[in-house]
Amino acid sequence: MRQAIGIDRVVKRYGAFEALKGVSLSIADNEFFTLLGPSGCGKTTLLRTIAGFEDVTAGEIALYGENIAALPPEKRPVNTVFQQYALFPHMTVRDNVGFGLRMQGVAPAERRARAAEMLELVHLSDFADRLPTQLSGGQQQRVALARALAPRPRVLLLDEPLSALDLKLRQAMRVELKQLQETTGITFVFVTHDQEEALAMSDRIAVMSNGQVQQVGDPRTIYEAPVNRFVADFIGETNVLPVMVDAVADGRARITLPGGHVLTTDAVEGLAPGAHHVSIRPERLSLATADADLTARVERVIYLGTDLQLLARLADGTPIITRLQNSSRNELPAAGAEVGLTVEAGAARLLLD
Amino acid sequence: MAAAPHASGSLATGWRSLAVPLMLPTWLVIGTFLLVPVVLMGVYSVLTKDFRGGVVWEFSLAAYDQFFVTRGLFGDEPPQIEWTYIAIFWRSIWQAALATLLCLLIGFPTAWFIATRSPRHRALWVFLITVPYWVNLLIRTVSLRFLLRDQGPLNEGLLAIGVIDAPLRIINTDVAVQLGLFYSYLPFMVLPIYAAVERYNFALSEAARDLYAGPWTTLREIVLPVVKPGIVAGCILVFVPSLGAFLAPDLLGGAKTYMIGSLIDEQFRGSMGNWPFGGAVAMILMSLVLLVLLWQARAAGRGRR
Repeated sequence: MRQAIGIDRVVKRYGAFEALKGVSLSIADNEFFTLLGPSGCGKTTLLRTIAGFEDVTAGEIALYGENIAALPPEKRPVNTVFQQYALFPHMTVRDNVGFGLRMQGVAPAERRARAAEMLELVHLSDFADRLPTQLSGGQQQRVALARALAPRPRVLLLDEPLSALDLKLRQAMRVELKQLQETTGITFVFVTHDQEEALAMSDRIAVMSNGQVQQVGDPRTIYEAPVNRFVADFIGETNVLPVMVDAVADGRARITLPGGHVLTTDAVEGLAPGAHHVSIRPERLSLATADADLTARVERVIYLGTDLQLLARLADGTPIITRLQNSSRNELPAAGAEVGLTVEAGAARLLLD
Repeated sequence: MAAAPHASGSLATGWRSLAVPLMLPTWLVIGTFLLVPVVLMGVYSVLTKDFRGGVVWEFSLAAYDQFFVTRGLFGDEPPQIEWTYIAIFWRSIWQAALATLLCLLIGFPTAWFIATRSPRHRALWVFLITVPYWVNLLIRTVSLRFLLRDQGPLNEGLLAIGVIDAPLRIINTDVAVQLGLFYSYLPFMVLPIYAAVERYNFALSEAARDLYAGPWTTLREIVLPVVKPGIVAGCILVFVPSLGAFLAPDLLGGAKTYMIGSLIDEQFRGSMGNWPFGGAVAMILMSLVLLVLLWQARAAGRGRR
């Protein structure tokens, strides 16, 4: 696996505020890599340091083995798709797309051909002579994409490019972006706060919070094996329950759930017996038929179409959410009823901190 | 839902019936203070001059004839082009253009500086730019004269620190007129450019840099075209009043730096004046300015397509 971008202990300070607290990441060639986190977590700052819009306070950024941390943006072979597109308002769509090529000194004839090719790639061939203001939001987004791809960058940086679009368009663009990445073979670094978007498109995700990388992994690992409470909470819906770890041996841990039921589950590295938390996804819980792992009192049943959401509370008051498939076989408990819940094998993930 | 179009329709017609009474004050002000004086000057320019100043109500093109044509000192030679006034016009245009350029060179960075401060500081800087305008232009120009004269603070200061051996001759030269025009009209350049730069989306500059444009190329290819409406507005606001200015050339310039403003001013002073000629010069100046504005409007129209 060839490395496209190597980020080594990058620190970015604005006065007393530390936006990046020593971030290290390795992004592979041809990868669709996502920086995911809530606003203010440093993901956009990190992207901007890769693009060259922000200099780093400390640390190194390598692009295919070459340290680029000191280069101005125009000397870096990466291009950016901006959140609000930042299309040049006084240029036609064709001139926007051809701008990077013109700056690189590509001859007019080839420039025109490449711009046309890019516009075809994003299905906007008929709009080449329009001005950006004459396009819809989705079309402007495509122009921004074509403009950034036209100079054939080695890495494409995308700063929340879908956030200004409406839901339908956003979902369509997800598929299109992923396809575009696969056909062009360019490394994509994608910034978003939308976990669903990240799960749907990425090869790997780095979850960030508070200027630090919390976890790096493929979508499945991030979702199913979050390493800490922040990742478990941020990605999807989850139940975080306090547990007592009684014993750890051979990579397995014996834990006592609230209510006294004992389970064995995978241990995580550095785990010591004592009080900890587990994360259990709502869809990995089901109504118990015999011996229940957890006992809860139902507060509300929410009908969601394909799913039913069961909001309940354990005896100690901890809220617990269960997602049940909407099937005619389910006999639904009423509000106020006491129910037993079964935790699917391996579904209780131990969290560090 | 069904009632909505009807309601908005009646609202629109309601406003329409009020349009004439509501517009009346505007028309009155524009008519009284803009159109009447201009028409008056136009009419005066084709009347005959009276010896004690004022006019005789008798049609004559003598004023325009005096501007463009000479027939020698005694009026008995074959008609030739009169260059005196055209030269004054040419010098005025040249001075005004130079003042505009100077204001642009200083005003653009100033406006850029202000527009890139934090919002709170921006308001302060804009306020400071307008402070000189609390004092009458005449007073400021007289102060400038005092400052620049041979025994003024500027020369005395430079002499005292030994930069120069003899006082600089600034007053009564083109340089002094330039300084006066520049000083008088600089804010008219700064404020429209500031307004344009403040609206400028700096992500555009980042996008240009990202697409391999250096800082200067970004300025030329992206920033200047996008803020051009502000620059054009600033240039017009400086050029047009500079062209007709008479305070700065009168008070700071000498006989050699005579400009249109002074020429017109002189025609309406006391019994030595020539009202029709003053009117004619004003009409010619106005036509010139209108030509510039028309050309600009056409250029802007082409830019928008």
